[in-house]
Amino acid sequence: MARKIVKSRYYGDEGLIETMAEVPVDKLKAWGPDAELKVVGKPVSRLDGYEKVTGKAAFTFDVSLPRMTYAKILRSMVPHAKIRSIDTSEAEDLPGVLKILTHKNCPVIPWHWGTTVLFDTEVRYQGDEVACVVAESMQIAEDALSLIKVDYEILPFVSDPSEAMKAEAPKVHAWGNIIDGKPSLYSRGDVEKGFQDSDVIFEDTYSTQVVVHNPTEAHCSVVSWDGDKLTVWDSTQALFGVRDAIAKSLSMPASKVRVIKKFMGGGFGGKLEAGKYSVIAALISKEIGRPVRIALDRKEMNLSVGNRPDSVQKLKAGAKKDGTLLALSHYSFGNVGAYPNDADCSWPLRTLYKCPNVRTEEYSVLTNLGRARAYRAPGHVQGTFAFESMMDDLAEKLGLDPLELRRKNYTEIDPVSNRPYTSKLILDAYQKGSEAIGWKEKRKPAGSEKGRFRRGIGMASQIWWGGGGPPAYATIKLNEDASLHVMAGTQDLGTGTYTFLAQIASEVLELPIEKIQVTIGDTETCPYCSLSGGSMTAPSVSPAVRDASEQMKRKLISAAGAILETSESNVKYSAGKMSRLDDPAKIISISEVIEKLDEKMIVTTGAREANPEGYEINTFGAQFAEVEVDTDTGKVRVIKVVAAHDIGRVLNQKTLFNQLHGGIIQGIGYALMEERVVDTYTGKVLTTNIHDYKIPTIMETPQIEVIIVSSGDLLISNTGVKGVGEPAIIPTAAAIANAVYNATGVRIKSLPITADKVLMALSEKN
Amino acid sequence: MSKDSKKGGISRRKFLQGVGSGIIGSYVLTPGIAKAAEALKKNSEKLILSVPLTLKVNGKQAHLLVEPRTTLAEVLREKLGLTGTKVACNNGECGGCTVLLDKKAVYSCHILALDAEGKEVTTIEGIMKGENLHPIQQAFIDHDGLQCGFCTPGQVMAAEALLLKNPKPTRQDVLEGMSGNVCRCAAYPNIIESVLAAAEKAGSETAELK
Repeated sequence: MARKIVKSRYYGDEGLIETMAEVPVDKLKAWGPDAELKVVGKPVSRLDGYEKVTGKAAFTFDVSLPRMTYAKILRSMVPHAKIRSIDTSEAEDLPGVLKILTHKNCPVIPWHWGTTVLFDTEVRYQGDEVACVVAESMQIAEDALSLIKVDYEILPFVSDPSEAMKAEAPKVHAWGNIIDGKPSLYSRGDVEKGFQDSDVIFEDTYSTQVVVHNPTEAHCSVVSWDGDKLTVWDSTQALFGVRDAIAKSLSMPASKVRVIKKFMGGGFGGKLEAGKYSVIAALISKEIGRPVRIALDRKEMNLSVGNRPDSVQKLKAGAKKDGTLLALSHYSFGNVGAYPNDADCSWPLRTLYKCPNVRTEEYSVLTNLGRARAYRAPGHVQGTFAFESMMDDLAEKLGLDPLELRRKNYTEIDPVSNRPYTSKLILDAYQKGSEAIGWKEKRKPAGSEKGRFRRGIGMASQIWWGGGGPPAYATIKLNEDASLHVMAGTQDLGTGTYTFLAQIASEVLELPIEKIQVTIGDTETCPYCSLSGGSMTAPSVSPAVRDASEQMKRKLISAAGAILETSESNVKYSAGKMSRLDDPAKIISISEVIEKLDEKMIVTTGAREANPEGYEINTFGAQFAEVEVDTDTGKVRVIKVVAAHDIGRVLNQKTLFNQLHGGIIQGIGYALMEERVVDTYTGKVLTTNIHDYKIPTIMETPQIEVIIVSSGDLLISNTGVKGVGEPAIIPTAAAIANAVYNATGVRIKSLPITADKVLMALSEKN
Repeated sequence: MSKDSKKGGISRRKFLQGVGSGIIGSYVLTPGIAKAAEALKKNSEKLILSVPLTLKVNGKQAHLLVEPRTTLAEVLREKLGLTGTKVACNNGECGGCTVLLDKKAVYSCHILALDAEGKEVTTIEGIMKGENLHPIQQAFIDHDGLQCGFCTPGQVMAAEALLLKNPKPTRQDVLEGMSGNVCRCAAYPNIIESVLAAAEKAGSETAELK
C-alpha cells in the first residue's frame, strides 16, 4: 500500500510532539458507531493472563543469565556535597567483589542534558549516584557498599521551592534554581480588562504535594555483551528511547543495542527515560565480560527515579453573574528536584472552558531533592485539582450549581489553538455521570449535613490529549496453519496492549483470538512504535494493526482470485476462507493459499495514518465522587466514584474498565494519603518505603461505575480510539475535594486531604 | 498477616550479627584450603558462612546451603528458581512475595529461610497441577484481577490462604484477607470479584459432590 511522508503533530505525555512520519496515502474508513464488531470492544480475557497468574511471566526482574553478576549503587546520603575523596580499597578486598565504578574510573558521560555526568563529583540530592559495585551476589554487592568510604564536603542545600526561588538561596546548580531563569508564560486576550468587566472575582491559593510512582517492579536492567553488541533487558515504557540513550552514552551505533521488555511491573510515567543504572551496568559488564543485573530497591525507588512535582497555585477567576467566565489567571511554582524538568500545570485552566482572557505564569524550581519525572497526566493532575476546586468555589460564590457553571462555559473550539475538536462529548459525560451519582436527588447544600458522619457529592471535569499519532507500525505474519503473529515495537505496562492488538487482527481477518500471537517489546524484531506514555499506545498502534490486517485480507483475496481463476472482485472473504461469489462451491482456505504460494507465510506491514489537519484531539470526562467524612476523626472515606469519559472507541471493555479503576484509585491515593515527606532541616526524605509512603490498599476501594459516552471518533483514525491511561486519575482529587466541601462546608485547599487538615478546618469553621 | 520483624525480641539485624560471627568462629577451625582460610581470617568480620538447611517446598525436600541472613524469598527465587514469587519492597510491606507457610500467608521477604525449616512452604508454582491452573488463578484471568501482573502471584497466594481458612468469605472478609497485598495498578475491584468468584465456584463444586 502506498505511503507518503507527512508532518505529524500530536501530544505526548509532556506536550506537543512534531515529527515527520510515514503514513498510508489512502486512509481506511473508520469503523463507524454502528459497525458490527465481533471481537473489538468485547470483554476478551487478557492474552497474557496465564503467564501473569502463574508467575511465569518473565519480568526484567526475573531475567537470569549464565555467569550473571549483581550490581548495587552507592547513593549520596546527604542532600548537597562535593566529594573530596572516595576510598574503595576495603570494598575491593571483599571476596566476590568484581568491580567498583566511581567518578575516578568512569568515563565522563553527560546526563540530564549535560547538567551532570554519570558519576558527578558534586552530589545534589540524597540519592545521587556515587559509586557502583558489581559482585558475585546481591548480598556481597550490598556488603561492599558499606565498606566504601566517602569524604564529603557538605554544601548548603535547599529543599523548599519557595525558599529556593529566593536570590540568597543555596544554588543547586551554579546557573541558578529556576529552570531557564524565568517563568513559562502564556496569555490570550486582556486579563486585566476581563477582571474589570467581571461581576464576581474569586481568588485563592491551592497546593499539591510530591507523590512517587512506586511501581511494584523496581527499575531494573539486565545487560549482556556479545562482542560489540549489547542486549539490555529493561523495565521500560520506552524501548527505543532507552536504546538510543544507551547507544549515545556509550558512543556506539543504536543498531548494536537491543532492548527487550516482555513484561513490566508498572510504570505510570516513571519508566519513560533511560536510567543511569542501565548505562553503568553496561559499562561494567563490558569490562568484566559477564552479564550484569542491576535492580533498584524500594528506597532508591522513593529517592531517585522520579516523582510528580508539587505545586503552589494562585488562581484568580472573573465571571459575569450568570457564570460566564471572563478572565482567568494562574501563578504557580513547583519543585522539580535537583535536575531539570518542568512543573507546569496550567494546561487544564487554559483549555477546559471557554474564557477569552487568560494569563499563566509558572516557575519550575530546582531543589536538592530527587528529580521529578512524568507521572500519569503530568501537570494536569495537580492543575485540575486546583482549577476544578476553584470552579466549585466560584459556583458557590455565584450561587450556581457547579455542573451548571461548567456547562455554561463549554467550548467546542480549543481555546488555545482555536481549532475544533475531532469530538467532544463532555456534556454527555455531565449528563450520564450526574444521573448515575444521583446529583439532583442526593446532593444537599454544602455543609448542611449534621452529625458525626457527613456525606457529600462533588464532581470535576478532565481534559487530556490521548490522540496519539504516527509514526507507528505493525508487522503481521500469517502462517500456513492460519495462525497469525502480530509484531509491534510498543510496550504493555499492564494496560492490555497484547490483547487489543490481537483483537484488531482477529476482527479484520475473522480468525479466532487463540490463533493470534503477539510479540512486542523488542527493538530488534519489531517495527518502530513510540513510547508508551501520554495515553497514546492504543490510539497510535491499533490503527497500524488494522492497516496491516486489511492489507493481509487484500493479499489473500488477490491470491485466491488467481488460484480460483477469477477476478478479485468476484472473491468473498469470510473467516479465513475465500470463495467465488458466482460459484460459492469454489472455496479455498488460508492454508491452501499459502501452500500454493510456497512461501510458508505472508507478511504485511501497516502504518498509523496521519491525524486530520486543523483539529485538536482530546479526551474529555467528568468524575463524580460521593464521600463520607468522620467529623470526629477527620477521616475521609470515598464511597462511590462515577467516571464518565469520552475516550473514543472501546477496544476491550474488560481491560479498559480495569485501567480506569486503577486511575481512579491512584487518584484517591493522591487525594487522601500519598505524600513524599521531607525533613527540611536535614534535606532528607522521610518516606522511603511503602509503610511510610502510603499507597491505597484494597480497603480503600470504593464502588466504581464506569460510563463510556463515546463510540469511536471517526476523524482520528481507522479504529477511532483515544487513550485511557491518564483520563481517570486527572479529575479524581478535585471531585473528592469538592465532595468533602459539600459534606462539611470546609474547603481543603492542600493535598493530601488528611485527617489532621480536615479536623483543623472543621475546628476553624466552628 | 504479621508484619512483625522481631523474633523472640531480637531484631533481624542483631540476630544476623550474632549468628554470623558464631558460625565463622566454628568454621575457621576446621582445616580447609589454605587460601580460603586466609581469606576468611582476613575478612572474618565481613564474612557470613553458609549453613545447611532442609526446606520442604511444594511437597518436595530441598537440601541447601544458605547464609543465615538469607530470606525465604531469596532462597525460593535464587536457589530454587521459583521466580513466580516476586519481591517488590523486600521489607514486609507490600505482599508481593506472599507464599504459604503451613497454609498461612506470609511475606517471604520478611522471613529467614532458616525459620521455614520444618514447615510446609507453598509457592505459586505449587498450587498448579502441571500446566493446569488452580481455580483461583482461573478466576483472576476471567475477572481480570490484574494489570501489570507483578503483584499477581502474591495476590493469588493471599487468596488461597484466605479461602483455605474461610471458604465462604463475605466481601468484607475479602477486603480484610487481601489487605496485605498492594497492587499499585489498583486492580482492586477486579481482585475482589476474582476472589469472590473463586470462592463461589469452589462452593458450588463442593455442593455438587455432596
